[in-house]
Amino acid sequence: MLDAFGQPQSAVVLGGTSDLAGAIVDALVRRHCKTVVLAGRDEARLASASRAAGDAGADHVATVRFDALDVADATRAVDECFDAAGPVDLVLLAVGVLSSERDELDAARTADVVTATYSWPAVALTRAASRLREQGYGRIVVLSSVAAVRVRRQNFVYASAKAGLDAFAIGLSEALRGSGVVVQVVRPGRVPTKMTAGLPKAPLSTTPEAVARVVVDGLESGAQVVWAPPLARWALLVARAVPQAIWRRLPG
Amino acid sequence: MPDAPAQALLSGWGRTAATRALVRTPSAAELGHLFSEADGRGVIARGLGRSYGDAAQCAGGTVVDTRGLDRVGEVDRSGEVEVAAGTSLDALLRRALPAGWFLPVTPGTRQVSVGGAIAADVHGKNHHAEGSFSRHVTAMTIATPTGEHRVTPAEDGDDGKLFWATAGGMGLTGIVTSARVRMLAVETDRVLVDTHRYPDVDSVMAAMDEGDARYRYSVAWVDCSRSGRAVLTRGDHARSADVSPKCQHGAQLPRERPVLRAPGHVPGGLLNRLSIAAFNEAWYRRAPAHREAEVQSIWRFFHPLDGVADWNRLYGPGGFLQYQFAVPPERGDVVGAAMGELSRRRIPSFLAVLKRFGPAAKGPLSFPMPGWTLALDVPIGPDGLAECLDHLDELVAAAGGRVYLAKDSRLRPDLLTTMYPRLVELQEVCRRVDPAGVLRSDLSRRLGLR
Repeated sequence: MLDAFGQPQSAVVLGGTSDLAGAIVDALVRRHCKTVVLAGRDEARLASASRAAGDAGADHVATVRFDALDVADATRAVDECFDAAGPVDLVLLAVGVLSSERDELDAARTADVVTATYSWPAVALTRAASRLREQGYGRIVVLSSVAAVRVRRQNFVYASAKAGLDAFAIGLSEALRGSGVVVQVVRPGRVPTKMTAGLPKAPLSTTPEAVARVVVDGLESGAQVVWAPPLARWALLVARAVPQAIWRRLPG
Repeated sequence: MPDAPAQALLSGWGRTAATRALVRTPSAAELGHLFSEADGRGVIARGLGRSYGDAAQCAGGTVVDTRGLDRVGEVDRSGEVEVAAGTSLDALLRRALPAGWFLPVTPGTRQVSVGGAIAADVHGKNHHAEGSFSRHVTAMTIATPTGEHRVTPAEDGDDGKLFWATAGGMGLTGIVTSARVRMLAVETDRVLVDTHRYPDVDSVMAAMDEGDARYRYSVAWVDCSRSGRAVLTRGDHARSADVSPKCQHGAQLPRERPVLRAPGHVPGGLLNRLSIAAFNEAWYRRAPAHREAEVQSIWRFFHPLDGVADWNRLYGPGGFLQYQFAVPPERGDVVGAAMGELSRRRIPSFLAVLKRFGPAAKGPLSFPMPGWTLALDVPIGPDGLAECLDHLDELVAAAGGRVYLAKDSRLRPDLLTTMYPRLVELQEVCRRVDPAGVLRSDLSRRLGLR
């Protein structure tokens, strides 16, 4: 069950092998989370992520494999996670594929990025929401991105898919009001991780540990949208108002 | 009341961790059928929802609203009265006081049901002298999935075990439908109160140790943020000779509905470090440094917060929690240590309530134990609050103490059996009367109570 601070005792992590997901799981386990189900694609990385969760203090860790390009399989993956966890207090969605300028004229690559970053997550969230609704309670935390708020040229395929997911999650949050299920969107700045290795350091960049702290605090507040770093909220308020002609010329 | 099942989002008085359940209002006779058709998500009773945490909610399952079970009998000559379990202590008192009977034990609010008072085995300002609520219950009727039981505290064997497991059992042994309560005879509706102020927590504790035995009622309000300065109030029911003749005829009952009501939407952060410190300051200054035999109404003395309806909303949408623990008499040092910890971490807390407990009741999960108890209200929100309370839990558990489950909304399950070593006795009773595990609550799931 969730406690008065919104902290879970059991969590399902879709996309459980990323650095960011790992840092969040670590922070949750160090609070009261004892059961963790990690879902991901790569078996070796799932194994090392579950070792890390166990080392942090989780009593029960299970893994589920899925491929985010296989949208038809999303429901099965979510069900398997729920069945492995018992009652699920928290579903963390951390699935996505980053795009770069190389990809933007590649139709097949665009299909992959959009599928893994928007379509699969949207289907998985729908399934997770109905499972939590049956339970009568639960939290869903969706990792979005500040990039989704004002799309930039450099990674617009990824950012547009995240923008779609962000909007989907807000809509889902509204649809679930009164059901006992609370959906929260977390918008981190760029986190230097495996996914962004080699890219120049961006403004509003943050660390997996800082995002994890923001997520844990966000569970306590229950806010619909949570920013990491919190200051990003105001920076993006300004960014949204910048004319495209200037936006285009900004470095970074 | 006809049973009109409806889905509802329920939370405790602290307004945290709301969950959705099917709320039903069956008659006592319909409970057996309701248990038999329950699915795996469970059934739990709910009275007036005054538990702070998740004790009276059952996510995805069924919550039995007992408020329709509200029949009150006549108080007989020996002072005993049969009351249906959904009756509020307020309703019971309105009925009994004009005839010269008072509640044997009353918590800080009259807005709790008799069933809830039994399930949490509530205590009041007279615990050091007269124990908790269950000590004054002479019989109760409990509906369980394996049938209805009428049990008394004196019985040996299974019935006696069911009685005591139910007293403090947080609703997990069944649904109490009716209870026989032994009331206290009073001559007036007034209380004679002695008030003293103390500059720190050690001096007030010494005064309570020394003098509580002379009073039926005793409680101290402590300011956690300011070295534990305290206002100690102690008293007893006034006798006819103590008060002017006009108080002797016909008890004055308070209004049915409180004059003040907290607004429906209060922004978060209204109760913060500054406003709470100002309130605590005013409370301390308002109390006389020393006053004896002041005549107060029963209502002001026992239930000051009942004058404001829905006061829990003042904490805003984030909600709040109450942390209440008890420690053995020789570990009174934990009280000061806990207050020091909260103050050091700059966590704002309303006046904490400090009380000496007398002997424990026989219930395996009954909270009160001989020694000291401290209760404090804290808004959800300050940085480090969760970690601070986790740390206090460890201090309390290491001292042989426990936290109060009726207030809890955040205890770590692994400390439960240290705090309640007799949990297995409750679990045995549960297995016997409810082998299928129908009786469950969010609290029981969170802490693994059964």
